Amino acid sequence: MIEVQLVVNGAERRATVEPRRTLADFLREDLVLTGTHLGCEHGVCGACTVLVDGVSARSCLMLIGQASGTEITTIEGLAGADGFHPLQEAMRDSHAFQCGFCTPGFMMVAVELLRDNPHPTEAEVRAAISGNLCRCTGYQSVVAGILQAADGGPAHRADGTGRTATDAGRS
Amino acid sequence: MTVTYWVTGVLVCRPVVKPPAFEYVAAASLDEALACRTEHEDESVVLAGGQSLIPLMSLRMALPSVVIDIGPIRELAYIRDTGGGVAIGAMTRQRDLERSDLMAERFPLFAQALARLAHPAIRNRGTLGGSLAHADPAAELPTVAVALDAEIVLRSVGVERVLSAADFFRATMTTAIDPEELVVEVRVPSRWERRPDRTVRSSFKKLARRDGDFALVGIASVVAISALGTIEDARLVLSGVGGTPVRARGAEDLLRGTEPTAATLTAAARRAAADLDPSGDLHATAEYRRRAAGVLARRALEEAVA
Repeated sequence: MIEVQLVVNGAERRATVEPRRTLADFLREDLVLTGTHLGCEHGVCGACTVLVDGVSARSCLMLIGQASGTEITTIEGLAGADGFHPLQEAMRDSHAFQCGFCTPGFMMVAVELLRDNPHPTEAEVRAAISGNLCRCTGYQSVVAGILQAADGGPAHRADGTGRTATDAGRS
Repeated sequence: MTVTYWVTGVLVCRPVVKPPAFEYVAAASLDEALACRTEHEDESVVLAGGQSLIPLMSLRMALPSVVIDIGPIRELAYIRDTGGGVAIGAMTRQRDLERSDLMAERFPLFAQALARLAHPAIRNRGTLGGSLAHADPAAELPTVAVALDAEIVLRSVGVERVLSAADFFRATMTTAIDPEELVVEVRVPSRWERRPDRTVRSSFKKLARRDGDFALVGIASVVAISALGTIEDARLVLSGVGGTPVRARGAEDLLRGTEPTAATLTAAARRAAADLDPSGDLHATAEYRRRAAGVLARRALEEAVA
């Protein structure tokens, strides 16, 4: 067993776990944060994607020992005190998910994309999400949702309220 | 591998996708990692980015007793100008290599290849040293290392060895790394360096079913063009057509000293394909790989000399 300490969605967590525990299983089993999903468990499908120190990573491809000392953001960490993340709203409005199994993985990738590239082209969005598989949507609505969430998209409401995904990423 | 068990009268058969038990060592220093390698040798594996090793362990194709995590060794991640080329630490993340201004200026072939390597989430964790040590025949970075005449630096307790990339790759997923060694650095010499006084152009092409998939065939090419506009020298290195990166020496010989016309490039590409003896598998037949190699070689050369 090893001792690990990491920050997950802003909260410090400590545990004593078997070193063969992947970060994905730690999040799901030990922290009961089941928003991070397991599709293939060998790095191909992207359903397990989280942010590790701000960058996207497959949580099924990290041992818990590697995650010790890092800051993890999961899908559960996207919504803020004032409601859903603009990306979540945009994805909802664009019908960007059906069964929702792949969705958390897409969201974490999109959060990273829009933080680093607030005005992506459609081609750039497709390239960024190419590592995430979806069996339901055919991807068109996912791409539309991410583009909608991008800076300057309809995430701004007519009355001036509403934040863009980029604003949220900076806070 | 599956496990089968009864759940309330129903026979359930599910695949096991969890790593087996092992001892985990988070090495605080290179010395600690090397001592651990010496102690455990073949029973140990080195964990760098984990993007290839952890799937192997989860699928139980790798069953190490000891996992030595070299991620904590910050001194192994660097990109340095050595005055006659560049030295890259083995733990340098593929993401950092891809975004490095120094590499973009001197050896753009890295960024060209990395743009086609898997997906951003993989590149955020994967490392240069790990990819080379894993030596997948379809991988991108081994072909880049061979194309640029790179050297691989191996360390064991008290010993340092330097091998050419060509000598480092031995067979499918087999390298010259001894059980008590670690890859610590990759040295890229100035031979193919892009400089103001020298025209060196590179290109990386990859054929895969979907963006980010393993290559069916890949090619790393680099060409040095003389002041007169002729090809001074060239390297064409292919993935997916052999157990290790395959240099198209016949094609390189045809290109040397010639004018880069459509005819010479086509002849070189044809020669590159003809000299190959690829194996077929589930993903592509030998003939398909050979033909694809010829097409990719021509496209790579056209892009490099354009």
